[in-house]
Amino acid sequence: MQNDRRAAIRAEAARLEAAFADAGALRIEADALLPAEVLLDLYGEDIRSRAYVTHDPVLGERMLRPDFTLPIVEQHMTEGEEPARYTYNGPVWRMQDAGSSRATEFVQVGFELFDRADPAGSDAEVFALFRDLMPDGLEVHSGDVGLLRAAVDGLKTSARRRAALTRHLWRPERFRRLLARFSGAGAQPLGRAEMLAKVEALGAQTMIDTAGKFIGLRSVSEIEARIEGLRADSTEAPLSAEEVAAINALLSLKDNCAAALGALNDLAETLVQIRPALVGFQRRLDALDARGIDLAKLPFEGSYGLTSMEYYDGFVFSFAHQGTVIASGGRYDALTTVLGNGRHIPAVGGVIRPDLLLAQKEAM
Amino acid sequence: MLKLGVPSKGRLQADTFEWFAQRGVTLKRTESDREYTGSVEGVDNVQLVLLSAGEIPKELAKGRIHLGVTGTDLIQEKLPDHVGQVIPLEEMGFGFADLIIAVPKVWVDVNCLDDLDAAAAQFRKDHGFRLRIATKYHNLVRAGLRDFGVADYQLVDSQGATEGTVKNLTAEAIADITSSGATLEANHLKILSDGVLLKSQATVFASKSADYRAAPLAEFCTKMGWEVPQL
Repeated sequence: MQNDRRAAIRAEAARLEAAFADAGALRIEADALLPAEVLLDLYGEDIRSRAYVTHDPVLGERMLRPDFTLPIVEQHMTEGEEPARYTYNGPVWRMQDAGSSRATEFVQVGFELFDRADPAGSDAEVFALFRDLMPDGLEVHSGDVGLLRAAVDGLKTSARRRAALTRHLWRPERFRRLLARFSGAGAQPLGRAEMLAKVEALGAQTMIDTAGKFIGLRSVSEIEARIEGLRADSTEAPLSAEEVAAINALLSLKDNCAAALGALNDLAETLVQIRPALVGFQRRLDALDARGIDLAKLPFEGSYGLTSMEYYDGFVFSFAHQGTVIASGGRYDALTTVLGNGRHIPAVGGVIRPDLLLAQKEAM
Repeated sequence: MLKLGVPSKGRLQADTFEWFAQRGVTLKRTESDREYTGSVEGVDNVQLVLLSAGEIPKELAKGRIHLGVTGTDLIQEKLPDHVGQVIPLEEMGFGFADLIIAVPKVWVDVNCLDDLDAAAAQFRKDHGFRLRIATKYHNLVRAGLRDFGVADYQLVDSQGATEGTVKNLTAEAIADITSSGATLEANHLKILSDGVLLKSQATVFASKSADYRAAPLAEFCTKMGWEVPQL
């Protein structure tokens, strides 16, 4: 019985992989054991609660791949030509929360497109490809993290504040707290006012000298530099109410894509900085329309895709049934920039869970 | 028999024996102090099992003991699904320990988790690696920092003398159990004002998976004044 099920999932995965190959993708293989250090640097310590870690006495910590992003991007950077389309098919492993009934081992079939000539066309190509492989009646989600990135990037405030907001873009709760604080509404960090008062009275150098024995790798100049930054920040004017309201409106926007375009154009009156990203958004809609996708029926959510450890930064989409995500994808240019040591590698792609797709088709 | 797991040595054991004695239950180690067996007087059909405090969570989870005395910190660190595995019956009022995050006192600019997060971002930029926090409580620390939204740090394992890691340049900050501030003080560290990730004390827990068919749980709970847990 279990073997029959596995064989059926394998056949479904092969069918999807063949469909991706028909769409021009090169089949590639990837290691299952990945160097933990690279994944940790990329995703942060939180990856440990999602990926299984194992230890090799010589190679050090290894992780069972939680997805194919890292090995695919690395292969593309060393061997790939552009534009490139790849497909892969294999198991991934995910640690799940305590008490969860979600699978810890499952197959992913994916399609990734690396192309710098026409991002809007690439986004539409990937979305249309996935839609054609999905049964009717699924919940469709889409969003564009690039709009929020652009909005934050162009806020009329210090580079320091913009960097702090961008850094926490994928942690929505923390982002909102920072936004509230920078707009003068939220509480200041504990002890900040007292610390700054002491700096004014004594000077940073004296404070450090009298605080105790100097220990640790973080140097005096690093501490002083941060204090200087905090002093400057304390005199920074709050974000304007209009800008904050517009950011919040962008985050809570929920409509179909055709209507969302109108709402976004209105928001761009205040957030002029999103205009270039909005041009990209419009181009994507045009490209989707050209592929026969009804924009009046495609949902759009301003905060969709803002989940940690995914780091999509442009177009995002998913197909789900009653909250269970069967396929998802998006653009992840920033992630590839980190992996490429500054080299810019525009990338968009997605994955399908053949087990869930099969179960869904059987249920219908 | 109802199996009651109790720490096999030290202050925690003495306090546990004293605590049960005040409630009319005498726990004793039998014959030799070196042999980890014991007896129970004042209540029938209860067996004393002496275990290292760190092993009690797993023994409860596996259902090899019915009840166990250990710290909330150990339960939460070792049993990610503790809500589904054990039920706390009573906090015992001793064995207090807080899991805290501490940084060098000379970090005059860092007083709370928000500061730690910002300092970690700056540290990574300046040093090319993520700020190291030494601890043995990996799960609790990771969960606490994730809930607050601290990024750009890494946990490095430290099974002992954790307070010394900053001075030895093997970590920038620490997360450890502290019962008094004296060791931190001696190692030139300070606790972040919102850096208490967990307040722990010795607690009696009941296993959710143990077989109670031949164990007098209800009688023992009544004797101790505990509500009989719904298992």
